[in-house]
Amino acid sequence: MSIDKRILRKDSLEKLFNILKENNRTIFAPVEGNGKISFKAAESFSTVASEYIQTTQSSKEVAFPRTEKILDYTKTRDNVSAKPFDFNQVPETVIWGVRPCDAVGITELSAIFNWDLKDEIYNLRLAKTTVIGFSCLKSDESCFCTSVGGNPGNTEGSDILLTQMGEKGDFIAEILTEKGVAITVLAADLFQKAGEEQKEKYLADVPVKFNRDEIRKKLDKYFESEIWIEQSLRCIGCGACAYVCPTCACFDIQDESHGKIGLRVRCWDSCGFSQFTLHTSGHNPREVQSQRWRQRIMHKFSYMPERLDVYGCTGCGRCSRACPVDMNILEHLTSIQEVTL
Amino acid sequence: MDELKNKVKALLEAKTVKVVIGYEEGTGKKPRALFAVKPEDASKLIYDSRCVFNLATYITKREIKGKGKMAITATLPVMRSIIQLASEFQVNDNNLLVIGLTPDNQVIEFKNLAEVETFIHKFEITIESKYKEALEKLGKMSRTDRWKWWIDELAPCFKCYACRAACPMCYCHRCTVDFNQPQWIPVPSHELGNLEWHIMRAVHLTGRCIDCDACANACPLGIPINLLNKRLLEDAKKHFGGYQPVLKGEHMMSTYKPDDKENFIR
Repeated sequence: MSIDKRILRKDSLEKLFNILKENNRTIFAPVEGNGKISFKAAESFSTVASEYIQTTQSSKEVAFPRTEKILDYTKTRDNVSAKPFDFNQVPETVIWGVRPCDAVGITELSAIFNWDLKDEIYNLRLAKTTVIGFSCLKSDESCFCTSVGGNPGNTEGSDILLTQMGEKGDFIAEILTEKGVAITVLAADLFQKAGEEQKEKYLADVPVKFNRDEIRKKLDKYFESEIWIEQSLRCIGCGACAYVCPTCACFDIQDESHGKIGLRVRCWDSCGFSQFTLHTSGHNPREVQSQRWRQRIMHKFSYMPERLDVYGCTGCGRCSRACPVDMNILEHLTSIQEVTL
Repeated sequence: MDELKNKVKALLEAKTVKVVIGYEEGTGKKPRALFAVKPEDASKLIYDSRCVFNLATYITKREIKGKGKMAITATLPVMRSIIQLASEFQVNDNNLLVIGLTPDNQVIEFKNLAEVETFIHKFEITIESKYKEALEKLGKMSRTDRWKWWIDELAPCFKCYACRAACPMCYCHRCTVDFNQPQWIPVPSHELGNLEWHIMRAVHLTGRCIDCDACANACPLGIPINLLNKRLLEDAKKHFGGYQPVLKGEHMMSTYKPDDKENFIR
């Protein structure tokens, strides 16, 4: 569909939030807690954070929760009966205040969840989710969306993209999809006719630092490179980078049994953990951290484009900000681009 | 600063050690770990008040330990961690040399771990006043309210295990949470899974934690999990009469005594 451009007054933002609430939408929005800003179910507009470059966690949890019950089961003497996932329990959801690098992450995550098997639960959650993106007026040194095909006003993945015209200005609203139109129908008075306003001049300036296609080509030859050992020496092997990443999709299936009844739960997992690829035999094809770090980069910049035609990194910089030991992905990618075999 | 750089350079030139663990300037004005292997790497070393990450977590890491004899630039919390690790047979004089960065900004090259032990015993482990206040506030809550407070605080935890990875004392090759036969701790990061993980972590560190705050500083979600450790440190002090890591001696929480004053243990 063609993009419909409207104007949303600054003081209409709260009205829009309240109208969505009145229409029984669950709203996930950036909310502050313990000094960090993450997407949480927001009950009132006053709890929604506005001063943030990027949230600590991505919004992927709306479609891919860190812990998801996928079925209940009951065992009898010679049978097992399973109660499948209750699709009716999934609420109509709006993710509010998503940055463009997060919204585009939904496209990449969807590629993984629809690679061969179509993941019904993920797809249903996503089908019931509307994304209201907010363009970036500011960036920091961890940001690199422009090096991975994005930009601070990228519309991809959003249903509506709002760009504030200056820090105290009104918003340019781009209505991008049918879901976006459905929101404007609920709040028709708030979305006013636009003039000649252009969003570009308000957007953050994020300089291009590397070329992802060049990196991809290099990675084909770099599997055995020493660079993985050099880069990963200080990595302590936690899963912080994967868990804050908008496109990391690895999960583990756990059965929690209590006698004859039990649950099957899908939980996030991370290739940074030492036991991620540990075989039952005791053999581990990724024995040391450098192999696990290589996997992280290879998966996002080589395997995903090869298999799924999308890269697995949106340049949001969350992993660099969350890392307790300064494994800065931008620095590492730049050094891969610079190194010669 | 030059003194530190010169000492490290000399160690690497003389091939006394294979690697020196120190701090270098990182990105975003944050310092990070440096693993100096060539004499010229010493020029990258830095040390200032921002250098709080506990480098002792690297001395049990296979990739670092495997390089050969290590030296480490160690602040007081790092030195305490080293002595605790030595008492648990993780490091010794043959594989580790300690370059102390003292609270009064001196650089001391210790001859052996016994000297480090003597040095750290000059300073008592004291809990910072802001944390003391937080603990007092928690102490005054009813049990029900305190339980609810912790459930709420731990709710955001997604089990990335950065707390475990950053802790020098969490060096187990295979952690209890990684066992699945039997599965001691639920894997999902739901209420029970999070509670069990954090309680288990805190209890395993009782009498071993040296109060460096590495766990809380590493948490990407800002959960104040170090309060659990601090509370148990206070308990350990109260019931076991002071606490300092020692090279040789009894481990307060894991030493069996036939004449233990508690009945349940006999």
